[in-house]
Amino acid sequence: MPLYHNDDQLMLKDSVSPFLAEKAPVSHLRRLRDDRDETGFSRAIWAEFVEMGLPGMLVPEAQGGLGMGHMEAGIVLEEIGRNLTPSPFLSTSVGAVAALSKAGGTQADRWLPAIAAGKAIVALAIDEQARHRPERVATSAVRSGNGFRISGKKAFVLHGHVADMMIVSAQCDEGLTLFAVPQNANGLSADPRRLVDSSLASHVTLDGVDVDADAVIGDVGGGEAVLQALLAATRTGAAAEMVGVGQGAMDMTIGYLKERKQFGRLIGEFQALQHRTAHLYSEMEVARATVMKAQQLLDEGSDAATLYVSVAKAKAGRAANLAVCEAVQMHGGIGMTDEFDVGLYMKRDRALAEYMGDISYHTDRVARLNGY
Amino acid sequence: MSEQDAFRADVRIWLEENCPAEMRESVKGDDDVCWGGRKFLFKNEAQKLWLDRCVAKGYTVPDWPTEYGGAGLSAEQTKIFKQEMARIHARPPLQSFGIWMLGPALLKFGTEEQKKHYLTQIARGEIRWCQGYSEPGAGSDLVSLQTYGEDRGDHWVVNGSKIWTSYADQADWIFCLVRTDKTNKYQGITFMLFDMESQGVTTKPILLISGNSPFCETFFDNVTVPKTQFIGELNRGWDVAKYLLGHEREMISGGGAGGDMVSLGAAMAKSIGRNDAGELDDPILRASMAAFDVDVFAYRAMGERFMDMWKTGRAHPASSNMMKYVGTELNKQRYELLMSAGGSATLEWESEDSDGGARPRAWLRTKANSIEGGTSEVMLNVIAKRILDLPGA
Repeated sequence: MPLYHNDDQLMLKDSVSPFLAEKAPVSHLRRLRDDRDETGFSRAIWAEFVEMGLPGMLVPEAQGGLGMGHMEAGIVLEEIGRNLTPSPFLSTSVGAVAALSKAGGTQADRWLPAIAAGKAIVALAIDEQARHRPERVATSAVRSGNGFRISGKKAFVLHGHVADMMIVSAQCDEGLTLFAVPQNANGLSADPRRLVDSSLASHVTLDGVDVDADAVIGDVGGGEAVLQALLAATRTGAAAEMVGVGQGAMDMTIGYLKERKQFGRLIGEFQALQHRTAHLYSEMEVARATVMKAQQLLDEGSDAATLYVSVAKAKAGRAANLAVCEAVQMHGGIGMTDEFDVGLYMKRDRALAEYMGDISYHTDRVARLNGY
Repeated sequence: MSEQDAFRADVRIWLEENCPAEMRESVKGDDDVCWGGRKFLFKNEAQKLWLDRCVAKGYTVPDWPTEYGGAGLSAEQTKIFKQEMARIHARPPLQSFGIWMLGPALLKFGTEEQKKHYLTQIARGEIRWCQGYSEPGAGSDLVSLQTYGEDRGDHWVVNGSKIWTSYADQADWIFCLVRTDKTNKYQGITFMLFDMESQGVTTKPILLISGNSPFCETFFDNVTVPKTQFIGELNRGWDVAKYLLGHEREMISGGGAGGDMVSLGAAMAKSIGRNDAGELDDPILRASMAAFDVDVFAYRAMGERFMDMWKTGRAHPASSNMMKYVGTELNKQRYELLMSAGGSATLEWESEDSDGGARPRAWLRTKANSIEGGTSEVMLNVIAKRILDLPGA
C-alpha cells in the first residue's frame, strides 16, 4: 500500500476538517476552559461526532461501526490535534475499541455497539504511577463469589470521572487481566484533576470493586495481548494527534513570520528564522510519515507495527515539541500571553507527550525491541 | 494472487536463480561496486555475470522503457523489485551517474535519437559518465559558472575548469554545464555532453581529508564539442541542471523503499558488549543510539512516503531538498556514533585490522554529504522559499 491517503481517506479528511474547524476550533477549548467545564469535553460536539459515525470508525460493521482502520482514525485525530478539540475519541473510539476488538467475547459484544452508537464513553485505567509503566500493575483481582474483587489505584485516567465504563488492568492468580468496570460499580471512585491543557484526568480508586466473571475482557490471565493492542492503538493515535498539534502550531508560526515586522522587515525574511522553520518543517514531515507507517502496519496486522508504534510516538513527540517550542519563541512576547493560542498548543502537546509513554519511554523501547 | 503478488513471485524466482552468491554479500569497498565503462575491470566473474544477466532483462534500469534498455516496470513494480533485491541483499548490478543523473535528464529532455543512443549505452554499462557542474568560483552559487563555450558555427570551443568531478579520471564521457551566453546569467548555460578523451581535457585528482581521491579537478583547454551534443534547448541548460539536481537529491535521499531494517544500536551492541541486563554496555551511548535508531526508522518511513508520492506526482517538487537535508545529516550522525562505538580502534588509519582505516575514512567522507549536491544550508533556503513561501527567501 502506498504511504499516502487514498481518495476515500481524502474525502474523510474533507468532511472532518471543516466540521472541527467550524464547530470545535481552539476558541471552543478556550470557552470550555473559561467556563470551568466539569465534563472535560462538550457533549453537544460529541453528539455531532456520533452523527458522523466517528465514534464507531474502528468498530466492525457487524457491530454497528464503520469498519475502518487506524489510518482513518489518524485523520480524525490529526484534525482534533490541529483544533485542540477536547474529545473522548482517543480513549473511547481508538484505545477501548482496539482492546475490545482484540479480545472479542461478551464485553466486546456489549460495548462495541454502544460505542459505535455514541452511547458509551470509555476510559483507560492502565497506569498506576506518574510515569507510564503499564507493565507495573499492583492492582489485584481476587476471585470472589461469581466473579472478582478488584482493589487498587490508577493514575492519569482521562475522562475517568465521566466514563460509562473503565478498562482496568489487574493482576489475577493467572496473570495480567483486563476488566470492564462499569461506572456505577460499588467501590469505584474517580477524583478528577485539571491538567495543564485544561483536560480532566482522574486518580481512580478501586476499593474492593466486585465484578461478574464475564467482566473480563478476553481471557483470565490473557490480559497482556489485549493490553498491547490497546497500547499500540492509543499510542499511535496520540502520535497522530501530536502531528496535528505540531502542524497547527507550525502553521500559525509560518503565518506570523509573514506578517510580523521588526527592524523594518518581515521577520520571515531573516535567514536565522528561515532555517529553523525549514528544519522544523522537515521534522514534521518525517514525523507524519512515521505515524502513517505505524497506522498502516497496524491496519495490516504486521509484526513490524510493534516497533513502528514506538518509533512514531517518539518521533512525533520530538517533532511536535520542537513545533510548539519554536512557535512560542518565534512569536516572541505575544507567544507568552494567554490571549494568544500558541501557548495552548504547547500545553496540549505536553499532555499528549506524556500519554501512554513519553519520548524516553519509547526510545528505550525501540532499543529493547532491537535487542540492546 | 494479485498481479503484484504474481510479479513479486516471478522476481523472487528470477533473483534466486540468477543472482550469484558473491553478489549477495555486502559491498565492502569501492572495488565491489560495478561502475561499468570502457576502463572498468571486473573484480571477478560473478560481478560480470550478474551485470550481463541484469542487462539482458533490463534490470540495471528497471523503470526505464524497454526500448532504451530498461525493463519497463511501473512505479509499484519497481518498488517490489527493489524490495526483493534488498530481501536477498543483492548488490546493484551496475551503479553510475548515467543511471542516477544523466539518464533521467535524457528521458525528460533528450531527443528520440539521443535517448536511443545514450540511454542504451548507460543501461548496458558501456559508458561511464561524470558530472561537470561546480567550478572553483561557483559552488553553492552554481549559476555563476564561467566555463565558456565559444560558438564556432557547427561546434563550440570550450575553455575553463570544473571541480569536484566525481571519478573524472575514470569516466568516459562528461555531462557538463557550459556558459554559451555571457549576457544572460540563468539563460546562458548549455548542457553539453562530450568524450573525456577529447583533445584538451585533463583531470587531476583531489586528495581529501579521508586520504582518498574520489573527486577531480577537470580542465578544458580549447575542447571541441559538436553542436549536436547538448540536451534540451540551447542556453536553457539551467533547466536541465535544476531538474537533475532535484533528481540527485531524490537519489541521495532514496533508499527508503524496502531496505533491511538494521538497527545501529543492535549492530554496535555486538562490538561494544552488553551489561548483565543485556543492554548495550554504555548507557549514554545506548541512549544516543536509540535516539538515532528512532530517526533512522522514521526516515525510512519518510523515504517510502516520499518515493510513493514522488513517483505518482503527489510530492511537492522541492521536497527532494528536504529529503536530502534530513538524510545527509542523519548519515553524518551515524558515523559520529560509529566512531564513538569503536573507541581507539577507529583511529587506526592504515592497519590491516582496520581494513586500511576504512571506518575513519568513511567517517570523514560523510562530512561531504551535507556539502555536495547542495549544502544543508542551501537545502534549508530552498525549503523556506519554495515550500514554506517565506518572504525574501
